[in-house]
Amino acid sequence: MTRSLRNLYLTAVVCFLSGPLIVVTGVSLNARKRLFFPPDGFSLRWYIELLSEKAWLVPVRNSLTIASLSALIALSIALPLAYFLWRHRVFYARMLFALGLSPFILPPVITALGFLSFWVMIGFYGKMAATIISHAIFFVTLPLVTLSLGFESIDTEIVEAAETMGADARMVFRSVIFPMVRPYMVSGYAFAFVLSLNEYIVAYMVAGFTVETLPIKIFNSLRYGYTPVMAAVAVVFVLLAALIFGLIGRFGDLPKLLGAMNPEDR
Amino acid sequence: MPALTLENIEKRFGKVVAVRDVNIHLPDGRFVCFLGPSGCGKTTLLRLVAGLENPTRGRILLDGADITHTPAHRRNFGMVFQSLALFPHLSVAENITYSLKVRKVDRRERLRRAGELLELVQLPGLMDRHVGQLSGGQRQRVAIARALAIEPRLFLLDEPLSALDAKLREDMQLELRMLQQRLQITTILVTHDQREAMTMSDLVVVMGPDNRVHQMGTPLEIYRRPADTFVADFIGTSNLLEGVCSEAGEVTVAATRLAVTEVPGGISPGDAVTVSVRPESIHVLPGREPGPNRFCGRVSFIRDVGSSVEIFLDCGDFQIISMSTPKGRPQVAQGDEATAELPADACVVLKR
Amino acid sequence: MKAQRPRGIGAYLAFFYPALMLGFFFVIPFATMVAVSFFHRQPGAFYIPAFELDNYRALATPLFSRVLVFSLLLGALCAALCVAAGLPFTYFITRLKRRFQVVWLVFLLAVLSLSEVIIGFSWSLLLSRTAGISNLLVRLGLMDHAVSWSPGLAALVLGLCYLAFPYTVLVLYPPLSRLDPALPEAARTLGASPLRTFFTVVVGTLRDAIVAAFIMVFVFTLGAYLLPQILGRPHHWTLSVLITDQAIYQSNMPQAAAMAIFFMGVSLALVGLTMVLGKRRRPAND
Repeated sequence: MTRSLRNLYLTAVVCFLSGPLIVVTGVSLNARKRLFFPPDGFSLRWYIELLSEKAWLVPVRNSLTIASLSALIALSIALPLAYFLWRHRVFYARMLFALGLSPFILPPVITALGFLSFWVMIGFYGKMAATIISHAIFFVTLPLVTLSLGFESIDTEIVEAAETMGADARMVFRSVIFPMVRPYMVSGYAFAFVLSLNEYIVAYMVAGFTVETLPIKIFNSLRYGYTPVMAAVAVVFVLLAALIFGLIGRFGDLPKLLGAMNPEDR
Repeated sequence: MPALTLENIEKRFGKVVAVRDVNIHLPDGRFVCFLGPSGCGKTTLLRLVAGLENPTRGRILLDGADITHTPAHRRNFGMVFQSLALFPHLSVAENITYSLKVRKVDRRERLRRAGELLELVQLPGLMDRHVGQLSGGQRQRVAIARALAIEPRLFLLDEPLSALDAKLREDMQLELRMLQQRLQITTILVTHDQREAMTMSDLVVVMGPDNRVHQMGTPLEIYRRPADTFVADFIGTSNLLEGVCSEAGEVTVAATRLAVTEVPGGISPGDAVTVSVRPESIHVLPGREPGPNRFCGRVSFIRDVGSSVEIFLDCGDFQIISMSTPKGRPQVAQGDEATAELPADACVVLKR
Repeated sequence: MKAQRPRGIGAYLAFFYPALMLGFFFVIPFATMVAVSFFHRQPGAFYIPAFELDNYRALATPLFSRVLVFSLLLGALCAALCVAAGLPFTYFITRLKRRFQVVWLVFLLAVLSLSEVIIGFSWSLLLSRTAGISNLLVRLGLMDHAVSWSPGLAALVLGLCYLAFPYTVLVLYPPLSRLDPALPEAARTLGASPLRTFFTVVVGTLRDAIVAAFIMVFVFTLGAYLLPQILGRPHHWTLSVLITDQAIYQSNMPQAAAMAIFFMGVSLALVGLTMVLGKRRRPAND
């Protein structure tokens, strides 16, 4: 009885979460330029249009550039900070860590407005570099959290073992610490990348009129009416995110990354 | 010349003193145990030797050279950690040859040495295994092989066997001891298990809850001639009887005169002392038979574990435990009156 | 190895680079916004430096207070719905085998990463007349003719919950997965039904985590900007929309900054209040 109740509940949640995705997928396969569900005919022309028409291709390229570079910068900030905090445990590093968490905790519109006033002040408003750096700061929380989990997972005795075997500090970092946190770096990068790809308000406020990202492009076209290309974009985004997180789940310890306990502790 | 000398070593963490006033000399090629209850500072002492901590005071000498401030990675020691600390991202062979790689030994030689070491710890053919796939005992052996890879000057072990189950643990104790004898390598093992210390080591360093070294000696010396009441009580089972030194060679315990063979220097008649007697030295006679070195009482409990028999004798203010082989088992039952005889040469007089 | 003081320039570099980046690109922007909120608006130009409280005084309009109250109520409603629905759901998935947990987590993360614009677009389709559920219901014979449910308040709440639900689950996931499985089992052996066990043991022991999750989801939904525009009618627009409108379309940065800071203050105050209430209730109930 309770088991079937549970399954019923889980099914309801799956329906709620996947409902829009199913409809969007159906719409993206429509043959004619009308939004119909179930789809009216079958065609992949909207996907082809997404990858061939300049109006869509430019935002695709912008989004990919911004996401890949901003995630890289976010990682470059998070890695030394998480390392420094783990290694030295000093209070000022803890404060900086808390600062790194705050962009994600404040309502995004506030952070976005801060960026806007800053870039206007230093004359970078509307430039792609501004979007990249803003996203890097906005999403620095993600690699920061995954990396600090990664560093915490390294037993101090492991580092000591390397020391007693003759490794100096640099060698310890290169041969033990770095390889052990690498999976966490990859997932931190992936989180930042995927979320940057989907971010709207910061990108819009910082350079919405000059650097069009995919979410901005979709919203802009929504104003002039719906087209199945939007649905195609949505499908590609979901698949991309599912692929990236699926890979992390396959090769990394996703439950642990998200804060569960070690399997051995269970 | 001693291999390792610790001179006036003291280690404080803030206000807490972890190791106090340690002065010991460890001879070359021996198996030494640091033994003590938890919190006595034995692990800290080992970490000081390894260079993982810096002493607050004192010097550490290796073969006469001062290594007090030599960092851990330049000491050329091998250490096995309590958690074993195997590198989870490396294979068995890569774990074992890590120290050789650090020292830029070429790949062929490293592989050869890895094979040799795995042979040594009886794990041939596990080279390419991932450390996550090993059993508890195998991990232990890999950690030992890894610590021995550079033929270290000192081999340090921090309670590495504590996580194993009883049977495997005894096998590993024996194996480790034979390995050490074969390699003639100076070894220090930290343990809180006195049985482990007694069975494995040439020398035992007993540390107490006051974070000092109480006694250092061979297992037999420590068992037979404990230096103080803490050691007598901590190592094995001991009957500790409180009395007064009456004259040379005699102690009065509860109105009974107890002849002893030796009264250590510094104790004069009238001093309060404790007499320590091991249970297996005590003979129990049926019935009430008073006399010198004898205590009469009633049998309160008999514990028969097959290989030995323990008899608990209630003597009023104190209790005497005796132990005998099943063959020499006295003819007494629970509730009977009985007499315990304490041979003079088994009575160790300790200052109180 | 133990925590030790950093030695040498190289060690401090690992601190100074992140400090510099966060200081320059986060603290200064934030400070700029605070400063701008006191500046004087210059119609035509952006603003001129000044120190005046006019921008804050200008907040005392019926429109602003209505939007503020609406935003807060909407956020609280969605957070309550999400936590209520997400708690049993998260509890269920944490009791699954790890392999299945991973599948669920990948799915949730994929949904979580969806842009607001895509969520808004998807839901507007799902609730639309031509491609929506009503269309499907007509085919099944459950409805006479297809209708459009979007835009509207219900559509907006649904969309916001969709946006926040994966986030809620991920916030609740760590405490629930750390819940000692022996606790519910103990309750079962003591005679509590599964449902009772859930409410007494799971909800009871995790009250703090639930309060924390509510706060985080509340703040998260406050940040929604596109959904109110896509799924709501103009009178459903939230403060995020109002602030962006001031900043971008009215070019009134000082006003927008003042709104943002006031908004932040109110949300922080509410967060603090919730935490205090959550704490005070504790001894009485335990």
